[in-house]
Amino acid sequence: MSMRLFVSRDAGAVAVGADEVALALEAAAAKRGVAIEIVRTGSRGLYWLEPLVEFATPQGRIAFGPVTESDVPSLLDALASNTPHLLRLGATEEIPWLKRQTRLTFARCGVIDPRSLDDYRAHGGYKGFERALSLGPDAILTEVTASGLRGRGGAGFPTGIKWKTVAQTSANRKFIVCNADEGDSGTFADRMIMEGDPFLVIEGMTTSGITVGATKGYIYIRSEYPHAVEAMNAAIIAARRGGYLGDKIGGSTYSFDMEVRVGAGAYVCGEETSLLESLEGRRGLVRAKPPLPAHRGLFGKPTVINNVLSFAAIPFILAEGAKAYADFGMGRSRGTMPIQLAGNIRHGGLFETAFGVTLGELVDDIGGGTFTGRPVRAVQVGGPLGAYFPRALFETPFDYEAFAARDGLIGHGGIVVFDDSVDMRRQARFAMEFCAIESCGKCTPCRIGSTRGVETIEKIINGERVSENLALVEDLCNTMKFGSLCALGGFTPYPVLSALKHFREDFIPAPTTLQAAE
Amino acid sequence: MTAVYEPSYEPWNETRGAEIIAEHGKQEGATLVILHALQEAFGYVPEAAIPMVAQALNLSRAEVHGVFTFYHDFRHKPAGRHVLKLCRAEACQAAGGDALAARAEARLGVSLGNTTADDRVTLEPIYCLGLCATAPSAMLDGRLIGRLDEKRLDALVAEAQR
Repeated sequence: MSMRLFVSRDAGAVAVGADEVALALEAAAAKRGVAIEIVRTGSRGLYWLEPLVEFATPQGRIAFGPVTESDVPSLLDALASNTPHLLRLGATEEIPWLKRQTRLTFARCGVIDPRSLDDYRAHGGYKGFERALSLGPDAILTEVTASGLRGRGGAGFPTGIKWKTVAQTSANRKFIVCNADEGDSGTFADRMIMEGDPFLVIEGMTTSGITVGATKGYIYIRSEYPHAVEAMNAAIIAARRGGYLGDKIGGSTYSFDMEVRVGAGAYVCGEETSLLESLEGRRGLVRAKPPLPAHRGLFGKPTVINNVLSFAAIPFILAEGAKAYADFGMGRSRGTMPIQLAGNIRHGGLFETAFGVTLGELVDDIGGGTFTGRPVRAVQVGGPLGAYFPRALFETPFDYEAFAARDGLIGHGGIVVFDDSVDMRRQARFAMEFCAIESCGKCTPCRIGSTRGVETIEKIINGERVSENLALVEDLCNTMKFGSLCALGGFTPYPVLSALKHFREDFIPAPTTLQAAE
Repeated sequence: MTAVYEPSYEPWNETRGAEIIAEHGKQEGATLVILHALQEAFGYVPEAAIPMVAQALNLSRAEVHGVFTFYHDFRHKPAGRHVLKLCRAEACQAAGGDALAARAEARLGVSLGNTTADDRVTLEPIYCLGLCATAPSAMLDGRLIGRLDEKRLDALVAEAQR
């Protein structure tokens, strides 16, 4: 019997040598005349242990990591003789970091072969869709609404209401659009699920299609994600071949097909109306709302536009029922959130858990603090438009409303950790700089405000009339917040104002310096 | 060590350009799809292709030019033989990315966004490769590199200069 090994093909694992490890395993096994089979999975999301190598046993998988090419011979020895190895982590499912998660959306990621429709089905794939077919559109809407699922892209709009709005429109064509323009730094959950469990996204979009009466879907993936583009394209072809896309899907009377479209390096295209413009082949200029995309979206037709993670949550909700999902979470944040721990962090990766876990637990306990070993000073939650939180706010529970109440946002669930060497003036300037680079240019507060913001923060850094310029930045932030057309200009003030509020000491020169200057 | 990969592109050719445009032009909202395909074939989007795209899609030249210039990905001239992209977003900043970017600039003698005088290396910023748990990260001609440090960066720069 041949040995069965699992090595991730996830971009994050490949970037730290997973391909080289897989090749070395094959070469070493061939040299010894040992028969092995290597399954290239997605990532389990324990990135500090990548490249992770798993070994199939009758009792489940045993993990080793992080494995380098030079570890391969000793690893094969240990496997052949069943002796201990320095990199042996024990049963994968028992690794505490994985065990304490609640993996509803990411249940299969890192487990199955993302290229295999059979593997997906063998692990519960399309179970939700089959139930959806038996329920019909009205009952699906009831389930999705009852689950309490809110848009996982960041805005947190109830998914059920969005779908219902599109379902109630009458039009000759309707569209399903999946927003996979995951541009926020510190986020990679969309990428992981597209690379590790692409059929899940297809199943979610297809379910949305039959619910609202759409027959065509687009998934708009950013060009920085070539591995995800490849994985989604391969999965779409396989799903079509398997009868899950195209005419009469899954033996039903419904038709639905979809295609991948690739972005071109514009962050603003993650904003839904800008994304629709881009899909139509135009500059990614933000549209004024109303009309809502649900009424007039892609090519002027009613459109459901949701984030990857929103669609990816649907199959579980339908397979297990709305209550099974809604039982997790707190307040109006129901279900689980795939949280991404990133930046200067010891145990970085994907941690899916019910809403309600505190920021401190996530950063200190689960994340293990910084990898530099220095104290954590600031964490940015929710991408480049998210606020910087100090340790004093680490009691904040991970929940849409709790973050909003502290002038922050959970966004797409990314947490970037900084140690005490961070200069918050530079982070505030970068927020404005990034907005200036990525502004679509349609509205003035964002287009001009961001440039003026960079200049003014620059003056503060240079010690020019600091208190006046600080007041000016605050005023400018208010103009951007309330006057911008979309979240880019509207939310750029979050990182800037939070840096000013919680890390004021970085902006005000120390009194001794002032005396010296006089 | 993996062999040095060098992207290869066709020289601009109007007939070939017209073929590419015709191949993708039937899709709905085809502009970006066509511009991507042209760049994939030629390494950039030649000026001469813009009016051809406009005509095929029944758009004005200005509209196509507008789309072309809006997106950071599209090039109006070929890049250097190798393209080294360094992630400059927050997660990589938190993990020491600023110092590495400065080091790459010093080693190559160009600032981010420019090509070395010998046309060998184009050094570019990128805002997030989605490798934020193994930061800092980089991409050399489509190959991803995580957990970048000085040693790894120097090796990448040397590889790109070859």
